[in-house]
Amino acid sequence: MNSILTSKWTKAVVFLVCLVPLGVLIYDFLTGGLGANPTQFLEHATGDWTLRFVAITLSITPLRKLIKQPQLVRFRRMLGLFAFFYGFLHFSIYLTFDQVFNLRGIWADIAKRRYITVGFTGFVLMIPLAVTSTAGWIRRLGGRRWAMVHRAIYATAVLGVIHYLWLVKSDIHIPLEYAAIMAILLGWRVYAWYAGPRRVPASAAVRKERTSVASD
Amino acid sequence: MLVKRVPDLKYSDITPRDAYLNRRKFLQGLGLAGGLALAGKGIADIFSPSLTASASMKLMPLASSSFSTTEKVTAPQTVESYNNYYEFGTEKGQPSKNATKFVTSPWTVSVEGECAKPRKYSMDEILKLAPLEERIYRHRCVEAWSIVVPWIGYSLNTIIKLAEPNPNARFVAFESYFDKKQMPLWGLAGIQLPYVEGLRMDEAMHPLALLCVGMYGETLPNQDGAPVRTVIPWKYGFKSIKSIVKIKFVKDQPPTTWNIANAHEYGFYSNVNPHVDHPRWSQAKEVRLPGYFKNTPTQMFNGYGDQVASLYNGMDLKKYY
Repeated sequence: MNSILTSKWTKAVVFLVCLVPLGVLIYDFLTGGLGANPTQFLEHATGDWTLRFVAITLSITPLRKLIKQPQLVRFRRMLGLFAFFYGFLHFSIYLTFDQVFNLRGIWADIAKRRYITVGFTGFVLMIPLAVTSTAGWIRRLGGRRWAMVHRAIYATAVLGVIHYLWLVKSDIHIPLEYAAIMAILLGWRVYAWYAGPRRVPASAAVRKERTSVASD
Repeated sequence: MLVKRVPDLKYSDITPRDAYLNRRKFLQGLGLAGGLALAGKGIADIFSPSLTASASMKLMPLASSSFSTTEKVTAPQTVESYNNYYEFGTEKGQPSKNATKFVTSPWTVSVEGECAKPRKYSMDEILKLAPLEERIYRHRCVEAWSIVVPWIGYSLNTIIKLAEPNPNARFVAFESYFDKKQMPLWGLAGIQLPYVEGLRMDEAMHPLALLCVGMYGETLPNQDGAPVRTVIPWKYGFKSIKSIVKIKFVKDQPPTTWNIANAHEYGFYSNVNPHVDHPRWSQAKEVRLPGYFKNTPTQMFNGYGDQVASLYNGMDLKKYY
């Protein structure tokens, strides 16, 4: 198990699997499989995948503790970047087809429409996380601070679900499913924080070791 | 002048698509394995198909209408596969899949309330109340997409006049068919059912308001509101009620489904109006399906202002949205 998790090939495979949703959309686009309202289809599909990747990213930490496979963390950055990638596609489709690059229209939407306000905020919060996802930025920020910055993903998860919830007209069962999943993932963290021995995140621990060595 | 004639074929004579398909299956079965391939439930299905679902029949002859737009008609596949019919599921692709077995025959529409001649009409009668016209209307959904559909029917005022409404009849209330057994997803709809709608009497009497029994030359597909619906082209799509079982003349403004669900977002009037945004999105533009870009400007009253604007003289349409 451990050798599978640490293999560089596994990472390549996971990367390709993460591209499958995009591949399916491109295939549907080329073959006319996007249905009667293709823009809405693309918006919904990319929105769904953004939320799913946020949830998958958030599940890494609980999962690696539950099944005692710390190596799982190797995939966290890539999965988080895919959440950002699908969020970027989602916003780009809205920008291109829905607003047809009408920047004033977009700004009016963001300012006036609360479901867009929260969705856009959730997306924007992912930008610094994507930028600072490199090893260099972990070093520059320091592990503890880096980990703190990256807790913004919790806000993205909550805002993403609210965005979905406020968007639907009456049938809220799917947004509620996402809400339940996010609640479990975030609830686990609250529980772990209260119940468990005080743990520092892996990256912060690494950094702490280094700094303590340096300051000795 | 076109010769106007009503169809000879009765609505109840139509071969249901199920039965038709099953006959095919039967023949295929015989060919494939000398009848041995047929077993168990399959046999039961073939010999006793449900007799009343998914009928599709050509409607002839059709008079043309001066109300028709010359804009490009949307492909029927789009109109038949992209539906808001929450009783059959809230996703656009669900009604076309879930309504295939919806039983629409026999069907009766009860016309009642404040009128001299209340009565029940069978579908056969409804098809013959007036010569059928093809009316190509723009259809603008409140969700900012639009289609152009060649509907078939006649002015709603035909059936209203026959009922001889009395002076108390200030509004017309409509009710859709509702059956939890046939509509198992009803519980997820998130709206109160049966679906109800309403019009002011003068709106309902306006010749543009259509009592619709078909589209694209045929009877209505189930997901598009079979067997009979209204089409009110200057209002958002949800004002056009599907699968009507009751038309009632009432004194006071009747409750309407989306207004009950969210009064802040869906008013009683719900006239297409690019200047009054939905609280959650702009109504200034629309996407003409199956296109990608939301760059078609939405017109006041969906472009039917010349005909209907006078109905709302002196009304603040921001207040009465």
